[in-house]
Amino acid sequence: MREYLKLFWAFVKVGGLTFGGGYAMLPILQRDIVEHYGWATDEEVMDYYAMAQCLPGIIMVNTSTFIGRHRKGTLGGLVAGFASALPSLVIITVIAAFLTRFAEYPVVQNAFAGIRACVVVLIANAIIKLWKSAMVDWMCLVIIFLPVFALSAFTGVSPILLVVAAALAGIAVAAVSGRKGGGEA
Amino acid sequence: MTAYLALLLTLFWEFLKIGVFAVGGGMAALPFLYDLGDKTGWYTSAQVLDMLAVSESTPGPIGINMATYVGYTVGGIPGAALATLGTILPGIILVLLLAKFLQRFRDNRYVNAAFYGLRPASTALIAAAGVSVLGESLFNVSLWRETGVFADLFAVGPIVLAAVLAVLTNVKPTKKLHPVLYIAASAVVGIVFKLGGA
Repeated sequence: MREYLKLFWAFVKVGGLTFGGGYAMLPILQRDIVEHYGWATDEEVMDYYAMAQCLPGIIMVNTSTFIGRHRKGTLGGLVAGFASALPSLVIITVIAAFLTRFAEYPVVQNAFAGIRACVVVLIANAIIKLWKSAMVDWMCLVIIFLPVFALSAFTGVSPILLVVAAALAGIAVAAVSGRKGGGEA
Repeated sequence: MTAYLALLLTLFWEFLKIGVFAVGGGMAALPFLYDLGDKTGWYTSAQVLDMLAVSESTPGPIGINMATYVGYTVGGIPGAALATLGTILPGIILVLLLAKFLQRFRDNRYVNAAFYGLRPASTALIAAAGVSVLGESLFNVSLWRETGVFADLFAVGPIVLAAVLAVLTNVKPTKKLHPVLYIAASAVVGIVFKLGGA
């Protein structure tokens, strides 16, 4: 029981101290999980992180589940995975409850008008970063990016359908050209 | 009461689907959330932007923060819990089931090939969502339709702010600053210059 509580608390800290998920979680994992608790090595953490990206869902939760399972089996995985999501759940619920109540205030409306302009820029920067890692060759652009963009922007096609079609197209391209696929996953 | 339970179940189901299909971390859920808001009328696309801003400014992965926020908006505290659960459950189950085989799975040629297609698709979906975001934040499409005056289409204040931020977030000394700082500064600019017109 004590071990599970330790696991729970360790991953509550991971969830509560990471801004933005993804890479931002690695320094905290290295300090707490590797150096402080000694539950995994640096290499294991990096392997889990890399594999977490190949599965659906939230990278941080997936990585936490891997480490929890590695430490304490299936139950340990469940404890670690849920613990990492808990801080978000609590913090956002409190903020949402607060903002919903004050949404009509002029100060809040003006603040969010400014914030929305900022969010546009942040999204654009994220797209540029993703573009650099996603566009392996010209076929990515012509076969996948342009059709998906056009269908998503101008029609009501479900993103689920587009994601499934893109995965199949990737496999088809690999099958036809006999190539190894798009680099490291 | 039964209507509320049905709403919670629908919410959970929709986020379960997002948990399975939103591949690529962070912003990947954004196009799905736009689609869901359109389909159900639970929230507007302007609200999605506000949620995204809050999600970027608070600890935790953006994907979970967005799910919690949408869940709360639609169904209160139970909604927040169920949307979050739906988002993380598919990943947790798959990790537990596949952990033993995953090294082989990761080196699998077809998995790599699928990601070759998934990454550009994810980028394209976010870019398409980004285009509709422009209409919400930098342009007043509805005001323009009402008045017919072309100049009314442009929200000049937010456009200037976005242009300044686009430069600051991409040049050397200020590039490294945390997004929270930019969001906080933008809120102050919005209040001082009354960018919301309120």
